[in-house]
Amino acid sequence: MITIIDQLAPTDEAELSELLTAASEDRQPLRILGGGTRTETKHIAGTPLDVSAISGIVTYEPGEMTLIARAGTPLPEIEAMLEAEGQSLAFEPPDLRGVLGGRGIPTIGGAIAANASGPRRIRTGACRDHLLGLRFVDGQGRILRNGGRVMKNVTGLDLSRLLCGSHGTLGILTEVAIKTLPHAQARATLGFHGTDELRALGIFSKALATPYEVSGAAFLDGTAWLRIEGLPPQVEYRQQRLLEMFGAHDIQTLDGAGTRELWRGLRDVTHFAGDLPLWRILVKPTDAPAATARLRDLGGRVSLDWGGGLIWYCGPGEASSLRQIAPHATLVRRGGVPGPAFPPEAAAITRLSQELRRRFDPAGILNPGLMDS
Amino acid sequence: MSGIIMPQPDSTILARAAQIVAALREVLPEDTVISDGNETRAYECDALTAYRCPPLAVVLPRSTAEVAAAMRICSEMGVPVVPRGAGTSLAGGALPTADCVVIGTARLRDVLEIDTDNRFMRVQTGVTNLSVSEVLAPHGFFYAPDPSSQLACTIAGNIAMNSGGAHCLKYGVTTNNLMGATVVLTSGEIVEFGGSQAGAAGLDLLGLLCGSEGQLGIVTEAVLRILPRPEGARPVLIGFDSAEVAGECVARIIRSGVLPVAIEYMDEPCLRAVENFAKAGYPDCPAVLIVEVEGSPDEIAVQIAHIREIADALNPVEFRESRNADDALAIWKGRKSAFGAMGRLGDYICLDGTVPVGQLPHTLRRIGELSKEHGLEVANVFHAGDGNMHPLILFNANEPGQLERAEAFGADILRLCVEVGGCLTGEHGVGIEKRDLMTAQYDPDDLAIQMEVKDVFDPAWLLNPAKVFPLDSSARYRQRAAE
Repeated sequence: MITIIDQLAPTDEAELSELLTAASEDRQPLRILGGGTRTETKHIAGTPLDVSAISGIVTYEPGEMTLIARAGTPLPEIEAMLEAEGQSLAFEPPDLRGVLGGRGIPTIGGAIAANASGPRRIRTGACRDHLLGLRFVDGQGRILRNGGRVMKNVTGLDLSRLLCGSHGTLGILTEVAIKTLPHAQARATLGFHGTDELRALGIFSKALATPYEVSGAAFLDGTAWLRIEGLPPQVEYRQQRLLEMFGAHDIQTLDGAGTRELWRGLRDVTHFAGDLPLWRILVKPTDAPAATARLRDLGGRVSLDWGGGLIWYCGPGEASSLRQIAPHATLVRRGGVPGPAFPPEAAAITRLSQELRRRFDPAGILNPGLMDS
Repeated sequence: MSGIIMPQPDSTILARAAQIVAALREVLPEDTVISDGNETRAYECDALTAYRCPPLAVVLPRSTAEVAAAMRICSEMGVPVVPRGAGTSLAGGALPTADCVVIGTARLRDVLEIDTDNRFMRVQTGVTNLSVSEVLAPHGFFYAPDPSSQLACTIAGNIAMNSGGAHCLKYGVTTNNLMGATVVLTSGEIVEFGGSQAGAAGLDLLGLLCGSEGQLGIVTEAVLRILPRPEGARPVLIGFDSAEVAGECVARIIRSGVLPVAIEYMDEPCLRAVENFAKAGYPDCPAVLIVEVEGSPDEIAVQIAHIREIADALNPVEFRESRNADDALAIWKGRKSAFGAMGRLGDYICLDGTVPVGQLPHTLRRIGELSKEHGLEVANVFHAGDGNMHPLILFNANEPGQLERAEAFGADILRLCVEVGGCLTGEHGVGIEKRDLMTAQYDPDDLAIQMEVKDVFDPAWLLNPAKVFPLDSSARYRQRAAE
């Protein structure tokens, strides 16, 4: 028998299932905590449910590029284990503690629930592209499975992609299977100083149309950065070709260590730490220069990632003004801005999403209101 | 006739056939609706030809609006709809029922936009997979998923089945290369999932749609991620004297940090058939791998040197490098003709289970044993890098009972794939072929939640009926929908 107390902390999937069955019957709303690194869920009305104890590596097969871990497994533990085998999580999950002021340790489940994807998204895809399968408990306490542990799997509906990025509103992840990738043996960065967004976009579009597998294209404070990765001779060759291609510019190059440090910062958006509102805005890359110009007029600062497809905006502005400039704007750090954090969607999409939530969580107890619908 | 049962057609719909066709004709151009029995017969099956059934009518719209109009009529009149791309499904995904209207994408043929600066293209979904890459070639780009039916198959079908191909080890499958879709819902509503920006903040309905086998809606336009073409690509051929060692080689290559674009595997029965048919000059040995890497000539050389080092440690029977384009073609020649070569040996069923790469040797051994038990020959040719197997079961369709035996053998192989940690289908889809095996992979609740998701999109259960979900499992939902 589970009694609803102030803080719930199940230690395994069966306990979580019992607890959710009870909470569903009592219509007891829950605020789900993984590593507790996201402070922006504080406003969710619900009993805190700490699932970080459902933790531990289940299997890791480097020769199959497959990792299965319980959702509460800390990301640093996973990253260290992969590193020892020369592999990594290719989607580079950002660590937004510095930006959000969280103090916990990020978990793999949290990264997947948020579909957290770093700069390498332009080359190897988002978090959701590396997810092979998962186990989760839905809002009625049902223990469910979807996908599997193999790289090609079209058996039945793909709920893994649906759960990824659903921020715990459809179910609570308990176990995830992920595709790992060999990490680059060498890396380098080219920096183009004294550019603006328009020139940066020109550089990105040109570089990303080459076969040199550019794995990062970001812009910050007047510098456009390109990252290349691969086997050592590959990186040397690609760097040379790109330098020749952009001959007219005065280009700074960074070695492996410098590259790691720079891209970690860009990934974690450390340049926008603080208390001001922080927005994550998705655009068609070539729309970025016009959008950033208008965003600057609101009085804040901008940076670009994903070859211009991701704009970070830090500063003042009403949600409505932001979304007039670029509709796909999500408020990552409130900084006092009221209203929905997630961008509004077309009526049919909202209806489908709400109806899906009702099937997974009929009592509406899972992070109610977190995704604003 | 064999083991897979389709529900009896709804006699009340058949009785209204003329009215249904008339209603469709009223909202669609004259030549869009086909109801003549001689013409609808052309749509009676897909590439799973053992199952055939002409539909009540076929609609071939030229625009999203026309698809929506047809869907609205079918929805209002309670008529099942079977979406169809090019009809190349090996799983019966486009098999009609007698009481259904087939809505085909064959005339949705336009390339709408190519944007190399933003690395996407927008197409109507009736374009073929190969034509997409052909139209991109002059721009120096390509579209990565390349199913072996790419000459005929359409983007609509690729999205419905989440198709893969030989190159997905590096580039992923359709879901990893799809950015947006224009979807016609059963109500006839037109919605956009995703778009030309990277991702969206809400629920990933695009991810849910991809691979949903026509259960959720009809995709009429798609935004595809496009990639710059590599500077070059080169295969090597490695022969081994056992399946185990070949399997070990695959795992070691992947572990080493070289990520080839493709690792293909062929076993002895397949090699024999290929040799007789294509004279590709493959070594006479139990297992052959073809490994392809990409890049500039120097980059290719570095990667091949890595692979040679790995292979040499395992004493290969042969390690054959390609020094030029002709060599490369010769190496691929046998692999590309494998299905044709097998076809000359008789009828075959092509399976599609996936297993963890580490389980390949065990799985191959078990398939060999099962082959003896069932008394039917099997050949293996598949994408080894991602464990997606394609065992080909040979049988004689003219001999009564052989198809059933082959299907039973196939079911055993697929159950084996699930047992060792894999799945029933890696890229062909469930369709009707694997419908009744779904309970081997999923518990009742796991299937229930999938059917509830379908229920959200298709409350009347009109879309692609009697596929994907076992009929027993879906009975409750279908009955409720009918009431």
